[in-house]
Amino acid sequence: MNAWIIAIVTVIVAPFIGGLLAGIDRRITARLQGRFGPPILQPFYDFFKLLGKTRIAASRLQFIWIYGYLVFMVTALLFLVLKLDLLLLVFVIGFAGVSFALGGFSSKSPYSHIGANRELMQMLAYEPVLLLFALGVFAQNGSFLISEIFNNPTPLLARLWPIFIALLVVLTIKLRKSPFDLATSHHGHQELIKGIMTEYSGPYYALIQLTEWYEYVLLLGLVFIFWANPWWAGLIVAAIAYILELFIDNITARMTVGWAVKFVWSVGLVLCVLNLIYFWLLPIKGVS
Amino acid sequence: MGIIATSRLKSPWIMHFDNSSCNGCDIEVLACLTPLYDVERFGIVNMGNPKHTDVLVVTGPVNRRTARVLKNLYEQIPGPKMVIAVGTCGISGGVFHNCYNVLGGVDQVVPVDVYVPGCAARPEAIIDGVVLALQKLAKLQGVAL
Repeated sequence: MNAWIIAIVTVIVAPFIGGLLAGIDRRITARLQGRFGPPILQPFYDFFKLLGKTRIAASRLQFIWIYGYLVFMVTALLFLVLKLDLLLLVFVIGFAGVSFALGGFSSKSPYSHIGANRELMQMLAYEPVLLLFALGVFAQNGSFLISEIFNNPTPLLARLWPIFIALLVVLTIKLRKSPFDLATSHHGHQELIKGIMTEYSGPYYALIQLTEWYEYVLLLGLVFIFWANPWWAGLIVAAIAYILELFIDNITARMTVGWAVKFVWSVGLVLCVLNLIYFWLLPIKGVS
Repeated sequence: MGIIATSRLKSPWIMHFDNSSCNGCDIEVLACLTPLYDVERFGIVNMGNPKHTDVLVVTGPVNRRTARVLKNLYEQIPGPKMVIAVGTCGISGGVFHNCYNVLGGVDQVVPVDVYVPGCAARPEAIIDGVVLALQKLAKLQGVAL
C-alpha cells in the first residue's frame, strides 16, 4: 500500500520538479549568455499553451510511440523511487529511447528521420555505459537492487567515481546538452529544424516536454544514488552535476554524431571498464 | 481554460520567414534575439519550425515563387496563430511594388494581424508589433494582458 502512495506522489510531483529544473536551466543559460532570461515558470506556460493548440497529425502511428515513450519513462522513474532493480531500470530507459526514435521514423519528414537516426546513434553511445554502471553497482553491493545502495553506508561515489564521470557524459547526452545536442537541436535550427521532434505539434509536443521533465528527474535521481546514504549529500551531488551540465552546454560547440560515439566509447567505456577491472582485482571484504 | 488562455499570452513562439526581402528587416528581427533586446524575457523563442509556431513574422514583398511557400507555412501552423508583416515591403511591396514578379504585401496571400512599418523596421518596433498581436489575442479571448 505504501508503495502505491509513493508511486502516485512521484507521478504527480515529478513533472513539477522537472519543469522547474527546465525553467532554472533557461534562466541560468540566459544569464551565462548575458541576457535576462524568461521567468522560472516559463516551461509551464509553454506546456499549457501547447495543450491549447490545434491537433495536427502527420501520422497516426507516431502518437502511439510517443505514449510509449512517456509510459516507459514513468516506469523507469518508478523503478528508481520504489528502489527496485537497477539493471531493469537501464533496460526500460532503453525501451523509452527506442520508442522515441521509432516515433521519429514513423513520419515522412527528412528532418525527423535524421533526428531519429542520430537518436539511435546516441543510444548506441550511452547504453553500454549505463549497462556497465549497473554492473559496477553490482560489483560494489553484490546486488542490482537500488534499496541495497540506500542501505550501504559507503557511497557509490567512493569506489565508482570513474563510472560517475562516464555517467556525467551520459547525462549530457540525455539532457540534450551542447556537445551532444544532435537529435533535437535546441540551438541548430538551420541544420535540423527540430530534429526528431519536428513533426510533433501542439498537445503532442507538450507530451514530449512532459516526458522530458520525467527524464530530468530520473537522470538526476541516477546521479543522486551515487551518494544516497545521507540523502542531502545526494541532492548536493545532483545539483552540482546539473549546474555543471548547464556550464558545459554553454561553453562547448555542437559536435558531430560520429564524434559523440567515438568520444563516449573511448572515454566513457574505458573509464567504466577500468573501474570494473579494479573491482575484479581488489574484491571488497564482505561481498562475495 | 483560463490557464491555457493566460499561457498563450506568455509564450508566443515565433517563426521568421523571409519572402524576398533585402535582408534589412531580417537582421533587425534577429537583433531582437540578442542580449540587448532579449525577447526571451517575454517567453518569445525563435522556433524555425511551423509546427511549433504561434506567431509568423514575415518580411519582404511576396513574389510569385514565395507566395506558395508562405501559404504552405501558414497552413502548417496549428491555431490559434497570428501573422505579423514586418517592414514597408511586407506591408505593401515597398520599393518593389510594381516589379513584374511581385504580388505586393503579405496580406495578398495570408491574413495579417499586425503591420510593423519601417525600412528597415527597428527591433523596438518589431517587439511592439508582437505585443500588439498579443493584445489582439487577449481581446479575442477576453483575458487581461
